[in-house]
Amino acid sequence: MGNFGLKVNRFYEIFVEQNGYVKVLEGLKNTLLIAVIGLIIGIAIGTLIAAIRTIPQYKVLPRILNGICSVYVGIFRGTPMVVQLLVFYYVMLPLMGVKMTGVQVSMIVFGLNSAAYISEIMRSGIMSVDSGQMEAGRAVGLSYGTTMMKIVIPQAVKNILPTLGNEFIALIKETSVVSFVGATDLYVAFNYIGSNSYEFMVPYLVMALIYIVLVLIITFGIKTMERSLRRSDRRH
Amino acid sequence: MIDVINLEKHFGDNEVLRGIDVTINKGDIVVVIGPSGSGKSTFLRCLNCMEDPTGGQIIFNGVDIADMKVNINVHRRHMGMVFQHFNLFQNKTVIQNIMLAPVYLQCQDLRKDKRYNRWTKFTNIFRGKNKKELRQITTDAATIKREARENAMSLLKRIGLEDKADAYPSTLSGGQKQRVAIVRSLAMNPDVILFDEPTSALDPEMVGEVLDLMKALAKEGMTMVIVTHEMGFAKEVATNVIFIDEGKILESGEPKEFFANPKNPRLKEFLSKVLA
Repeated sequence: MGNFGLKVNRFYEIFVEQNGYVKVLEGLKNTLLIAVIGLIIGIAIGTLIAAIRTIPQYKVLPRILNGICSVYVGIFRGTPMVVQLLVFYYVMLPLMGVKMTGVQVSMIVFGLNSAAYISEIMRSGIMSVDSGQMEAGRAVGLSYGTTMMKIVIPQAVKNILPTLGNEFIALIKETSVVSFVGATDLYVAFNYIGSNSYEFMVPYLVMALIYIVLVLIITFGIKTMERSLRRSDRRH
Repeated sequence: MIDVINLEKHFGDNEVLRGIDVTINKGDIVVVIGPSGSGKSTFLRCLNCMEDPTGGQIIFNGVDIADMKVNINVHRRHMGMVFQHFNLFQNKTVIQNIMLAPVYLQCQDLRKDKRYNRWTKFTNIFRGKNKKELRQITTDAATIKREARENAMSLLKRIGLEDKADAYPSTLSGGQKQRVAIVRSLAMNPDVILFDEPTSALDPEMVGEVLDLMKALAKEGMTMVIVTHEMGFAKEVATNVIFIDEGKILESGEPKEFFANPKNPRLKEFLSKVLA
């Protein structure tokens, strides 16, 4: 184990004395930023898609919108995240002539990608709410959209919070692919430390620990949120 | 107040309503009875277009609300509805349930008026002499909220549940839920309230409290359309009873004559089963 102590020393040297921690902090910041912004975009677009797809389908406009939404979901669920990142960064951006950093691209792509998944999660949540809630809202004169926003979606969110937590955790872990478009995340940071010390064991171990701690914190946060949302329930 | 003319409704090939004509005047208490599957609930749900009618007209306060072009939300404000399964908003407290629609809709109207005024003020600059009138705005959001809360509290006091104002619906009993649901529709000051089997999902001992509230409303002259299996209630309160079977009105009339001297054989059979 003397060997291992040596490796820890080597890691410590790079991490503290050669400012490796700056890189790690930047990586951590980017990882969180991409996951959080991605989740926010995902929830916003995903909820919109879910609301559109649950409109009764006997008029023309909802049918067209539903078609567009299912194509969207099909595309983003049918291709790997890495491919989406690469296509967005190396195909879409040059075509549109826009300049963006890797982190910005990652945020957008992660948002669009998770929107596809969240829309399905949210749709199942909306369908789990008793249809009488919508009827009651409509019966007092609220519009479809208002009833959706004020009555149905809050209850749907409560039902799907654990699954939504899953999605957030998956997002955090999937950020490890953003190095493909040149963004610095945790993986890139520790890889940098590893290649500077010619020693990968400890850096990758620490990286794994950081991911686990992140996920544990999120799990705790979701549990707390769930508890506060369950106030209107008998299932305490 | 409501004129139903040749109302038809089918789900696919299944014809549920085959031409129903009813006139409901202000202050009427119309009780609709019939065997299950007869279309009586569908008829009631068509009255406020919860189910879109596939044929015929429903003239409510002079407007044909069966027309798909009509903004139904505006007319539903004047038509309360009470459901078999209460359908209180689960994520809102009792008082929020009652206040939600009045506050939201009035605030929405207020915003619309303000927007209209801003636009008119702007366009008036170019209008020269004949300027357009601005709409009068006499209230503000805080007043709307305060008044709605006062109104909701007085309604809750009326049904003896003011101490439950901040409770969630899941903690109430069935009878309490249904009374809150009735009061929720009252908060909109509707012209008519539609009751869809309001006591069918209740424990027997809770039926009375709900019927009492409905009787009290009837005395105050509220117009009501009630689908129910409570024949005693129908006899006592109704001004008009309608018997529907297989999507048609087979008989209707004043309750006394209706129950004492049923003419239609189908109705005779039904009453003999129900009243036995």
